[in-house]
Amino acid sequence: VATPVYAAAHEETGARLGLTRLQEERRAAVRAFVVQRVAPGADAWDRDQRLPPDVIAAVAERGWFGAGLGEEWGGLGWDAVSSGLLHEELGRGCASLRSLLTVHAMVCHAIARWGTGEQRARWLPRLAAGELLCGFALTESAVGSDAKSVATTVTETPAGPVLAGEKRWVTGGQIADVLLVLARSGAGPTAYLVETDREGVERTPVRDLLGMRASMAADYRFASCVLDGAARLGREAFGFSHVFAHALDLGRYTVAWGCVGLGQACLDACSTYVREREQFGAPLMEHPLVQALVTDMIVGVQAARLLCLSAGQQRDRRDPGALVKTMMAKYLASKVAARSASDAVQIHGANGCGPAYPVQRHYRDAKILEIIEGSSQILQMVIARHSG
Amino acid sequence: MDAASQATAARGERVARLKDFFARNLRSYDLREDEDIFKLGFVSSLFALQLVEYVESEFSIEVADEDLDLANFRTLAAIASLVERKHAQSRAA
Repeated sequence: VATPVYAAAHEETGARLGLTRLQEERRAAVRAFVVQRVAPGADAWDRDQRLPPDVIAAVAERGWFGAGLGEEWGGLGWDAVSSGLLHEELGRGCASLRSLLTVHAMVCHAIARWGTGEQRARWLPRLAAGELLCGFALTESAVGSDAKSVATTVTETPAGPVLAGEKRWVTGGQIADVLLVLARSGAGPTAYLVETDREGVERTPVRDLLGMRASMAADYRFASCVLDGAARLGREAFGFSHVFAHALDLGRYTVAWGCVGLGQACLDACSTYVREREQFGAPLMEHPLVQALVTDMIVGVQAARLLCLSAGQQRDRRDPGALVKTMMAKYLASKVAARSASDAVQIHGANGCGPAYPVQRHYRDAKILEIIEGSSQILQMVIARHSG
Repeated sequence: MDAASQATAARGERVARLKDFFARNLRSYDLREDEDIFKLGFVSSLFALQLVEYVESEFSIEVADEDLDLANFRTLAAIASLVERKHAQSRAA
């Protein structure tokens, strides 16, 4: 198996990108970890369809499960740009590992933003430490983008609120300790925190996904699952419009950065390959049509990174325009990732279709990135509607 | 300036800032202080989130779970009153 190359191919970093010294130090620390512990194993994890517990524990030890959470909750209190860089670097090594951090951050963010003091104190310190892991349970068999139409219900009974229904494609669901579930109460879509060891919760591992196979996704069924009185997160009927919408906004942001990382990984792989591989007596890089593919990759990744950075800076300023900018960043970055991965396979030819090179994994992972946290088509519709 | 005049001026200033935010986001529609933004059909789910984000960052308050009442966001005047109440709460604390 070819060793992933970290040649920093055509990559803007540090001051040239407008990062502070602290942001660059954080990025360097994550990159060092990814080079050492993540990238070398990512293809094997993809084949095994699981992430090694020791790697997850190593991420937790470094505090990255709580990177964006405030220090008062045991988080690292990183700014949005730093959190973005964390996801770029992890996404460069392994999209599945990055996806685990994305859903975890989404749920933490929702609790920090909409939780009661009691809920924050109960959950956030252990989530920040990575002692407990989260799952984000929104999608159902019949409900994808039209998330407000969830069929899972919560009914008030003398024994407490009773959850009934099913959720699909829960990233990290195989190992999640607590889920953020969107269910319909009498008043409308409402958010609930549900422990996965609660009676009536049943999970089924999802295998053989197209991509992000090591993300350990699971489907869930809730059969008359009685929740405790403190399970509801946020007001009734505000579950989608505020709790999930906030979480999805953060998810979109981190996925966008993850796409940049995946695009950069394609560039890294191709940068070496086109110089080493010869056809018709010359390195591939000498062939103009290969140059065109590489150029599109360089320019696309760079543009996506700059848009993500702009979204991050707006988020750090708490500019309300950051919501739409984040959508733009996710839309562009996921397209760039998919295009870069497709072109990377094309450049690698038959080698790109086999297990010896990582580009086939990137290609499969990239397709998923165009669907999750707002499909490209949903984002196009919203961005167009909110254009000035 | 007496306390009542100061309060009136502060309120007027809050409404003006809110009006400016709405004008920027609603393609220059000149929203009146007492117009119902929900009835006008201006509020998409995205705009609702942007509005909360704006109110929090612009006026340095935290919109808590219990503040998420449509009545608090129905008009410019209602939002200004919410901000005023939140400021009063934090002063008292």
